[in-house]
Amino acid sequence: MSLPQDGLVAVVKRDCPTCELTAPVLGELARRAGLTVFTQDDPTFPDTVPAPVHDLALDMSHRLKIEIVPTLIRLEGGREIARTYGWDRGEWERLTGVVGLGDGLPDQRPGCGAKNVEPGVIERLKIRFNETGLRSRRIELGDDEDEQEAMFARGWSDGLPLVPPSEERVLRMLDGTARDPQEVVGLVPPALNAATVEKIAVNAVMAGCKPEYLPVVLAAVEAVLDEGFAMHGVLATTMFVGPVVVVNGPIRRRIGMNAKGNALGQGNRANLAIGRALQLVIRNIGEGRPQEVDRATLGNPGKLGYCFAEDEEGSCWEPLSAERGVKPGVSAVTVFAGFGLQGVVDQKSRTPESLARSMAESLKAIHSVKLAPSCDALLVVCPEHERTFREAGWSKARLYEELYKLCEIPGEELIAGAKGIAEGGPPSLAGKIVNKFRPGGLMIVRAGGNAGMFSGIIGGWSAGGPRGSIPVTKEVRP
Amino acid sequence: MTVLLDPTAERSPTIRPRLPRPDKLDGLTIGILDIAKARGDVFLDRLDERLKELGIAVKRYRKPTNTRPAPLPLQQQIAGEVNLVIEGLSD
Repeated sequence: MSLPQDGLVAVVKRDCPTCELTAPVLGELARRAGLTVFTQDDPTFPDTVPAPVHDLALDMSHRLKIEIVPTLIRLEGGREIARTYGWDRGEWERLTGVVGLGDGLPDQRPGCGAKNVEPGVIERLKIRFNETGLRSRRIELGDDEDEQEAMFARGWSDGLPLVPPSEERVLRMLDGTARDPQEVVGLVPPALNAATVEKIAVNAVMAGCKPEYLPVVLAAVEAVLDEGFAMHGVLATTMFVGPVVVVNGPIRRRIGMNAKGNALGQGNRANLAIGRALQLVIRNIGEGRPQEVDRATLGNPGKLGYCFAEDEEGSCWEPLSAERGVKPGVSAVTVFAGFGLQGVVDQKSRTPESLARSMAESLKAIHSVKLAPSCDALLVVCPEHERTFREAGWSKARLYEELYKLCEIPGEELIAGAKGIAEGGPPSLAGKIVNKFRPGGLMIVRAGGNAGMFSGIIGGWSAGGPRGSIPVTKEVRP
Repeated sequence: MTVLLDPTAERSPTIRPRLPRPDKLDGLTIGILDIAKARGDVFLDRLDERLKELGIAVKRYRKPTNTRPAPLPLQQQIAGEVNLVIEGLSD
């Protein structure tokens, strides 16, 4: 049924106490003022009206952009000239020109949410009416085609099944950000194709993200596309690395990220899906695929996705984001070109001096004991190790300082052939002291379960620093 | 019908592209798959001879019946043993 050119229209649903309350008023207006009532959920409601119009498909509600029921609208010459929603006697009388409405009813009652704007419904209506604004190419699958196999066959997958990126899911994903879907976040290497918010959302759906993760994914994509991160090189290198994402700030807890037991492992949807979404963006938008431009000899399991949160609440130290200039209370991601995890097992050190020495010996072994400076590193300090530093009053700055000092290596040990190992540097290293790390090449975060004196080192790329990849921090924007 | 949004930069056709053809056959092993239709072998035997004359390694395979797809073990065997396949689809 189409709308009357002139007159009154109401949209209601039975599952709304305010609509029930106004049923006698709707009946009176139908009799006295020619009101047309559209009902969203029950064709017999309201029974005070002789012939309520079914809008079970919600087409009319959608066209009228109903958000609250009951909504009362006055039309003149086919145009809407007034609207009110919920029950408000004064407003209803003014809009209808009928006085004495709803005798015995309270003066006001708020309405309820309309069915046409419920999650899952609004998306379907937008698709039906071609209002999504989504620009991505539609891929139509055959009726007998298996979705998963179709996605694998098109090369979209990292090797694991994907969540099919339907229009509904992508629309819901885009609800997770206030950013314009067509905003270009950056050009993704190696192909340098434009990553719009929409394209990133499509990949976030496939990765298994919830809409509320999207701002973190967008920040991570921005971070790896920062020139300093050198994403093309990080992808193209034969070394092990991929982007490692550390998340700081209130968004960690809002989206349920894991910073505690098994923080770097499996089992947490946000950690896993955010890291995976970033990698799918590189793969699908940037066309960065293994054995093509991704020349990794071995790669590492973290290239499926490597993302975790810092345990800020339990730490005596300032979070990584604060060290890197982000204000407290602001969420941020830091990306680091890293790989795998090398354990630092120390269950006996009870002084910060001993524990720092222990960590430094492990740090000096990254890549090769014969190479220095070799790469940057991200040291993930577990709670029981952090406690040792906390109780001794060591600030994070102190730990950095001590670790840099302890990572100085006599040049003789690094010369090719020393220790019976051909790998190494030139003879001119003799008599010199060489640090394993460039200044600023170490980053420290705190994460992990409360039990276990097991910290971890995430090694970096040999081209760390300005001549290769530098860690990049970006604030998470809504 | 299922409709998905393309997650890529849309530089390739929506229909899955065929694998690229090899530039040359030197050093490759060619599989000849007889789908078990009558007299298909006559044509395929001749192809086999011609390829061997060119010094190209050939392996022969045969489906149990032309009415069904090749059994998975046969598909996997072919994929593991040869670089490309010639099959005759009709009689």
